[in-house]
Amino acid sequence: MNILRRTALVLAAPVLAIVVAGLLTSIVLLTVGDSPAAFWETILSWPENRSLVNIINEASVLYLSGLAAAVGFRMNLFNIGVEGQYRVATFAAALFAAQAFLPGVLNTVATIMVAMLAGAAWAGIAAVLRVTRGVSEVISTIMLNAIAVSMVAYLLRRTGSREGQTIVTDTIPESSWVPGLPLLPDSVTEVYGLAILAVIAGVAFSVVLNRTRFGFDLRATGQSESAAVASGVNVKRMVLYSMLLSGAVAGLIGMPNLFGVSHNYGSTIQTGIGFAGIAVALLGRNHPLGIAGGALIFAYLSEQANPLGILAGISPEIIAVMQGVVVLCVVIAYEVVRRYRDRLEQRSVAEALDASGPSGSGGSPTKEVTA
Amino acid sequence: MTVSPPQQPEASASLVKPTTARSYRIWLYIGVLLVALSTTRVFTGADDITSAGTLRAAMIAAIPIALAGLGGLWSERAGVVNIGLEGMMILGTLGAGYFTYHYGVWVGLMGAALFGAVGGALHALATVTFGVDHIVSGVAINIIAAGVASFLAEALFTGLPGGGPTQSPSLDRPPTVTIPGLDGFTSDLADKGWFLVSDLAALVNALTARMSLFTLVALLLIFGTGWLLWRTSFGLRLRSCGESPWAAETLGVNVYRYKFIAVTMSGVFAGMGGAYLALVASSGYQNGQTGGRGYIGLAAMIFGNWRPTGLLTGSLLFGYTDAARLRSGGESVHALLLIVGVALLAVAVWQLLRGARVMAAVGAGVGVLALLWYFSTDTIPGDFTQMTPYVTTMLVLALASQQLRMPAADGLRYRRGEAG
Repeated sequence: MNILRRTALVLAAPVLAIVVAGLLTSIVLLTVGDSPAAFWETILSWPENRSLVNIINEASVLYLSGLAAAVGFRMNLFNIGVEGQYRVATFAAALFAAQAFLPGVLNTVATIMVAMLAGAAWAGIAAVLRVTRGVSEVISTIMLNAIAVSMVAYLLRRTGSREGQTIVTDTIPESSWVPGLPLLPDSVTEVYGLAILAVIAGVAFSVVLNRTRFGFDLRATGQSESAAVASGVNVKRMVLYSMLLSGAVAGLIGMPNLFGVSHNYGSTIQTGIGFAGIAVALLGRNHPLGIAGGALIFAYLSEQANPLGILAGISPEIIAVMQGVVVLCVVIAYEVVRRYRDRLEQRSVAEALDASGPSGSGGSPTKEVTA
Repeated sequence: MTVSPPQQPEASASLVKPTTARSYRIWLYIGVLLVALSTTRVFTGADDITSAGTLRAAMIAAIPIALAGLGGLWSERAGVVNIGLEGMMILGTLGAGYFTYHYGVWVGLMGAALFGAVGGALHALATVTFGVDHIVSGVAINIIAAGVASFLAEALFTGLPGGGPTQSPSLDRPPTVTIPGLDGFTSDLADKGWFLVSDLAALVNALTARMSLFTLVALLLIFGTGWLLWRTSFGLRLRSCGESPWAAETLGVNVYRYKFIAVTMSGVFAGMGGAYLALVASSGYQNGQTGGRGYIGLAAMIFGNWRPTGLLTGSLLFGYTDAARLRSGGESVHALLLIVGVALLAVAVWQLLRGARVMAAVGAGVGVLALLWYFSTDTIPGDFTQMTPYVTTMLVLALASQQLRMPAADGLRYRRGEAG
């Protein structure tokens, strides 16, 4: 296979999926009597600078969430609990930062560490249960999500103060805030200063996964557990470590907003990021660049959907349908493309064998190939 | 072997004994539980932990979970992990809302089953036909279903009298049945507060008075499933797809077809669970009504060791903790702490006798903590009562998961023609 064909095959799946998802969304719109034309006109119009900033901000947060999920996915570990880990970590971070044990930037750095530790600890519960008691991490992380909601609500009531309709923690000292980046001039909002965390985490993810022994063990365990065990990987330890790592990355999700905009933890914290992160990771094939693409697409769709109700009279909820359909289509399309590629490879091997003539053990490999 | 009945020689012969032993044990457990609850009630004065109201609420909370778990059972017995139950349940609530408003409760139930089946068929298409990872497909289905439900709810219910973009109009409830003569007598007895007698009376009252017909349908489906999957050749073939699809294939079973049927049925049951939530547990469709019950159903099924009676027991446990928190939650859950503490200490002693020192220490530690908590407070804050069902799920799975055995090929990818 030449390189052109290979890249075409890599790109085929996501493009195919987005086209199919677009078609299905249009059909859904038609069946309830909305106009697909108006929908696409709104979605595909070029966003204003203000919206562009929102897209970047949302994408950076989604990216961190996607990375957190991807760490687990890479070794067939399903951390559905990013949502809860992010909540617990953000709350712990807000609480810690407001105490101002350290001055200025040091406080910021220390808080980020605290957030990672808190996220890792929350994920660690599921990891320990899995390793010592064999409890499926899928179930335990889902339960931990629900428990996190109640626990944080309780602690917030104990530690926070009432501000209007909501309860909030104490505000972080101003010296520790991270100012926004004025990337686009004429916009009211600014890009999160800590959006840089997404970039750092992405690079670190890529390096750890591709350039370290830990990353190799992790990928090996994901691709073939029995082979990994045979080559001396301690699978239980890998489960524990990668779950902790996943939780630590999840702890970062809330940081850009905490230090950039809200400066405290309130009951209005954004929900659903954890689940969206799972979708984004699947969309991006758990690859650092792929996840970035997925995060941008999701953020773009969500932002562009906001004016749907006003401009086109369509409920913005349709975008959730489209996002879900994109994910399902993408995983199916990857599977279809993978099978197609396998067949191509088999055929080229068979041709090569045929060309080399019947002199060797030609009979049996061809049989294997066609099986 | 020689005296076994002609229809299903081996399967039933080998199953008869353990089944009877197990059913004895279940009655024993129920008895022990009732005595424990009754003792606690008398000791703490938390009357609501065995009131007929709580028990009825427990049943209403348990049935949707059980139906979701039943969906999980069908799917996983055929080897497909189904985390998309939550999404299928959401579709069920929407179907129930729409069809009940226009055509009445029974068509509503059918509509919910139909909507759930669509979700199930989608999951089957992705996992069976295309070989997508089961968890991945399930997560995607949950996202789609939540989106579809809130989008369609806005399109279907806006403008209807009493309806709005996030909820359906108030709907009719399914009819209820009461066994005549028992109601007044048992509720009088339950009010007396006598040890064990009143608790038993409350239980009888909850089971015989004002029971929704949907509850009966659900129980019928659960026990019917037990018969169908363990006593018919259809069931044997379906379960063989979950244990070893390659062996099943060599015996001529169309594994794809069985898996497809099982996963679609899984959606049907989850959808019915959604209908129960929308019509019995509340009086109409609402966005976000399922609140993770699909996941709890899955956990209940795992807790029940992939068996119908087991999943029903698990659902009742979760339903009960849910009901206890809703009815004078602080007091009831506080009283339950006492039971949990004592039970954990008992487990610790048992583990110590078995020689498992670490488990014994963990059990004793948590048990003592629970007791300390009980004796140092009078009530439990609302936030903690809300986590009760989830903490219970985790605790139970942590304690029981070693004894569980899931279908051998559960969650594995199967392609036709790879046998050998």
